[in-house]
Amino acid sequence: MRLPLLAAVVAVALLLVAPFYFYSVTLMTILCFVVFACSFNLLLGYSGLLCFGQAMFFGGAAYVTGHLLKTTPISLELAILCGGIFSGLLGLLIGTLAIRRQGIQFAMITLAFSQFVYFIFLQSPFTGGEDGMQAIPRNALFGLFDVSDNTVFYYVVLAVTLLCVFVYYRIVHSPYGEVLKAVRDNQPRVESLGFDPERVKLLAFVLSASMAGIAGGMKATVYQFATLTDASWPISAEVILMTLLGGLGTLTGPIFGAGIIILLNDYLAGFGEWALISQGVILLVVIVFFRRGFVGELGALAAYLRARKARAAAAEPENPARAH
Amino acid sequence: MFDGISTQLLLGQILIGLINGSFYAMLSMGLVIIFGMMHVINFTHGAQYMLGAFCAWLLMNYLGIGYWPSLVLAPFAVALFGIFLERVLLRPLAGLDHLYSLLATYAVALIVEGLVRIQYGSTGLPYDNPIPGGINLGFMFMPYYRLWVVVFSVFTCVGTWLLIDHTKLGAYLRAANENPQIVQTFGINVPKLMTLTYGFGVGLAGLCGVLAAPIYQVSPSMGSSLMIVVFAVVVIGGMGSIIGAVATGYMLGMVEGLTKVFYPEAASVVIFLFMTVALYLRPQGIFSGREAS
Repeated sequence: MRLPLLAAVVAVALLLVAPFYFYSVTLMTILCFVVFACSFNLLLGYSGLLCFGQAMFFGGAAYVTGHLLKTTPISLELAILCGGIFSGLLGLLIGTLAIRRQGIQFAMITLAFSQFVYFIFLQSPFTGGEDGMQAIPRNALFGLFDVSDNTVFYYVVLAVTLLCVFVYYRIVHSPYGEVLKAVRDNQPRVESLGFDPERVKLLAFVLSASMAGIAGGMKATVYQFATLTDASWPISAEVILMTLLGGLGTLTGPIFGAGIIILLNDYLAGFGEWALISQGVILLVVIVFFRRGFVGELGALAAYLRARKARAAAAEPENPARAH
Repeated sequence: MFDGISTQLLLGQILIGLINGSFYAMLSMGLVIIFGMMHVINFTHGAQYMLGAFCAWLLMNYLGIGYWPSLVLAPFAVALFGIFLERVLLRPLAGLDHLYSLLATYAVALIVEGLVRIQYGSTGLPYDNPIPGGINLGFMFMPYYRLWVVVFSVFTCVGTWLLIDHTKLGAYLRAANENPQIVQTFGINVPKLMTLTYGFGVGLAGLCGVLAAPIYQVSPSMGSSLMIVVFAVVVIGGMGSIIGAVATGYMLGMVEGLTKVFYPEAASVVIFLFMTVALYLRPQGIFSGREAS
């Protein structure tokens, strides 16, 4: 049990010094997508709901956060929070309708809803349509601290990310998280225990949407612009890829998945179409060969090694006994 | 408010809507057939529609094969691609959670679209109209080709429905959908039936692509946005009935056409709006008697 804690401390220490070695905007992008991927994993990994429209919460919150910062003197953290609340409410609305249809059709319905939301953003005057929302100011944090410098802002993003990951960890390990996993594995059983599975799932959807909103709001403040791309369905697909690649239903999986995909996108940015094709290939390989994902496969390997060691340890005491 | 709208415009848009509806109907029929049999939501459907159009274009430009032979050859080629996919990819994933097969079909769509875009660019390629000219209906000029699309799609939909509802093969299909194990014990090769079903559904998408080629430009992205609208159509009709999917397809095509007359700004979202209302009022789909999940 002490090893994960140690790993977490080392990881945080590395994250604290990271901006001295790497480009801070890339690091912040990764952090935004870590939160986004965690939000998605909360839904698919722990409740079994495949949302193919997660981008509507991400992009929608980016617009709301951006619009608030542009038109009001609201402080930065409140603007991001408002983005999260907006997405949570949107999630409540769409979740109420989408959860009424059972099973895998949820993916299709959420995809259609996200396209609906996309068209609304495309035609709304406040989003700037095809041009996107430009020049979003980074208002002072808590109304006091200037965060216009990217290295300084990195620590704000890092703090929000750590907070979100912590909340995500707490949700998954709470009694509610256990019920959520139980609904995923055996819904009729949970129903017979007196829980309302629809409400359990709806809450997961709303929590996930709010968290995706926080991620989107952060991204709008990092880049200081929000575009339709953030709300488009390829982004929804990208977050699915991140989560699956990292490991579905694993705690740290989305963190690795987001990191790998963002770095890969950065690397392949000059190759145009090949970036999308490689995403498709990675997705196929993960689905066919490594369904547990990066962290899941590592965990399976560790479990295998432990089992072998245990077997070896169980076999060993016999030898000294014979020697005596 | 109706005074300003001429009958010409109204009837014209309904007819255009009927053409879009033909595509919605045929594509959603393929999706429903595949889903009913295999519980796979085929995210490659849009890419397969696009491949049908590209096959027709390639046959025309490299082999000089015209529209009419392409109408048979291109869907057949796309169906073969589908059969290959089912055998190599979907079959091994069949026992797992349905989300894996869905994501696998999405991954294939991503790869296929990307490769086509690299080879042929993103701009639309023109395809000659095989039946030029048209007929003056009094209230509008109706190109023969569009008339042909509507008539042909109605025949295809009715034919498919007859095949599934009134033939022995269709009875096997429906039975295998209800209970694959029992049908298998009667000596019917259920896996082969599944492969053929997927091939057939995909072939329908390819056929749509060929039909669409002379109307729309042949481009790599022609399928992906259309596919999402078709998903909404399928959600409205419900996944349980072929007739439902077809009827909803034509109906929503016309609703979309009418919206273009009365409130053009909403034309792109009206189908999604319908989906919202349908989910609220009849969560199982307007043509489904029971939940099909």
